[in-house]
Amino acid sequence: MQSIQNCLLPEKALFIHEAPLKQTPPTIQSGSCAGVLPRESCHGDSARGLVAQGAILTSSRWLATLGMLALMAIAVSVICLHFGAQPIGYGEIVRVVLDAMSRKPVDSEVSTVTSTILLQVRLPRMLLGFFVGCSLAAVGVALQALLRNPLADPYVLGVSSGAALGAAVGVLLGVGTTVLAETALPACGFAGGLLALGIIYRMAANSGQLPIHSLLLTGVILNAIFSALIMFITSILEPNRSYGMMVWLMGTLTAPTYGGLAGLVVYLTIGLVLLFSYIRALNILALGEDTARTLGIDTERAKRSLFVLAALVTGAVVSVSGMIGFIGMVVPHAVRLLTGADHRLLLPASALAGGTFLMGADTIARTMISPAEIPVGIITALAGGPFFVYLLLWRKDRLA
Amino acid sequence: MRELADSRSTHAGVVGPAGAIQSYPAYDLQSVRFRYQSRGSDPARWVLEDVSLSVREGEVLGVVGPNGSGKTSLLKLMARLVTPEHGRLDLFEQNVASMDQREIARLVGVVQQDTQQLFPFTVAETVLMGRFPHRTRGRWVSGFGWESREDVAIAEQAMLAMDIVHLAHRTVTDLSGGERQRTMIARALAQTPKVLLLDEPTAFLDLQHQVEICSVLRRLKEERELTVVLVSHDLNLVSQYCDRILLLHHGRVARLGAPDEVIEPNVLETVYRCRVLVDRHPESGLPRVTLPGRCMSSGT
Repeated sequence: MQSIQNCLLPEKALFIHEAPLKQTPPTIQSGSCAGVLPRESCHGDSARGLVAQGAILTSSRWLATLGMLALMAIAVSVICLHFGAQPIGYGEIVRVVLDAMSRKPVDSEVSTVTSTILLQVRLPRMLLGFFVGCSLAAVGVALQALLRNPLADPYVLGVSSGAALGAAVGVLLGVGTTVLAETALPACGFAGGLLALGIIYRMAANSGQLPIHSLLLTGVILNAIFSALIMFITSILEPNRSYGMMVWLMGTLTAPTYGGLAGLVVYLTIGLVLLFSYIRALNILALGEDTARTLGIDTERAKRSLFVLAALVTGAVVSVSGMIGFIGMVVPHAVRLLTGADHRLLLPASALAGGTFLMGADTIARTMISPAEIPVGIITALAGGPFFVYLLLWRKDRLA
Repeated sequence: MRELADSRSTHAGVVGPAGAIQSYPAYDLQSVRFRYQSRGSDPARWVLEDVSLSVREGEVLGVVGPNGSGKTSLLKLMARLVTPEHGRLDLFEQNVASMDQREIARLVGVVQQDTQQLFPFTVAETVLMGRFPHRTRGRWVSGFGWESREDVAIAEQAMLAMDIVHLAHRTVTDLSGGERQRTMIARALAQTPKVLLLDEPTAFLDLQHQVEICSVLRRLKEERELTVVLVSHDLNLVSQYCDRILLLHHGRVARLGAPDEVIEPNVLETVYRCRVLVDRHPESGLPRVTLPGRCMSSGT
């Protein structure tokens, strides 16, 4: 049986100062580890040492953070349902929603008008906002890790405008009025988003990673070209359709039918679950592409899949809600301060927070100048734009 | 004082003649040629030409040479970050070209030159990422999942070896260059590799940590038969800590052999085009390089 020094530090003198020795857990008994890298773990206490310092993500911290964010999402959703042209009492909201969930007939105490407003207008719109926000934030997180750039966001990069162009072309060709509208428009958006990401990827592929200025420049160029094409399409549509398109482009949430909502949710869930399957790979890709390869990741394949997933989700989101910007950048930044960088927590936490953020922003959008509405994209851009400038000007050191 | 004396004698022991080394090759390169893809119409110049050598299992091989002599490219070839245009590269008698990236990652740990970090992972999280190639889940291998207790224990051992346990909770974005370097080496050690490839591992380190890291590498070599290939500009460091030295010149092997055979004034003067003085290290007796008092280029 070797002593503790022999186990961990066969040559004590190598460590001229004593700091690491003080950190050594005092209860090591096993002598199975002859070197620095034991085949069997030689003590269980070290794991607790790292956990105690909060240095690594643990399942309890994961659960606590996500539980807290989920509770916050529920609280915000109730508050959002309360506000509107006509405020609805919190008690009523809870009762109507619970009744609807258990498929009971509507309580006679609550008027049918109130329950119709809640169930047919506010609730589906709020749910749509939640899922759109979730998806945009999750895609933002993935793109940031993938491009190794904390400023990446589907809106800034031009992926959103690519998707919008795709959807606009779809509308121009008339798929919006066909039976296929609910699947065809997201597909058009997906194609446009993929085109935009393909261009960004081509520019990135030359040097392996994209420096911040060329990334932003690509975004500016793509946004300019795609907006020009979208404006062209808008200008040749008949006036009532072009007005609808303009409002949609500014980023608007409208109450969907439950059927349409369910379709979108299924589509987004598939995208997000696949995104989640790359969560540890994202951690490692964030270290840099070469490092990721030396850790056994097939980076080309991972990048391709992640780009396609990002385009898929962004395309679907843009085709229903237009260009809602900056959520994919602001939310992950704020959440990272809370959770740290590990994507196992960052990605789901950002999704929850992004959903909550958009629910709140949409409530402001529909109540601020009630009965008229502001497109929610304006609210998120007003919140996100200054934040973007702040990051760019004062936190340059973090952006490389 | 006593401690200092202790450390001296230990180092002398460490750098003494190594024990019996097996002649089984960790790497075997046969007339490897490599160049980066050129953007223009003319083909790019060869970065490595006709490089044939074998790296024995359990040896510490130092790779030296002037700027642009192909040191880093050689390391990248060994890590399969790039592939040779001609020739054959074997890792433990398996052709590297036919190996799976993850298979290589289980055998080879790589530390590249300073990698600036952008995302605030903690030091402990970064080191734990070294366990990634050893994950055992099925379909969702790159997806969700926690590291096992064994993973955490191995990561902590690696952190202990690199003297960064006290930094565990700090984020890699806040570290100094040397601390980050040690974190990256710990991450590679956490891969429990059989081969460690290091590009300028001591470039950002203070004297104490230079000596410590080299000693840890020697110790791992002796205890675990770890094979180490390290690229460095520091001829003295390489001479003191490496079993053999590979001197590259314009992408070709200029010399390969024990420090005594490579660190020779006439060899170095031809390759580096600078006059050098070579004498003996007072403790180890190994060759030691000194720049002339008033050199034609840079006086020290």
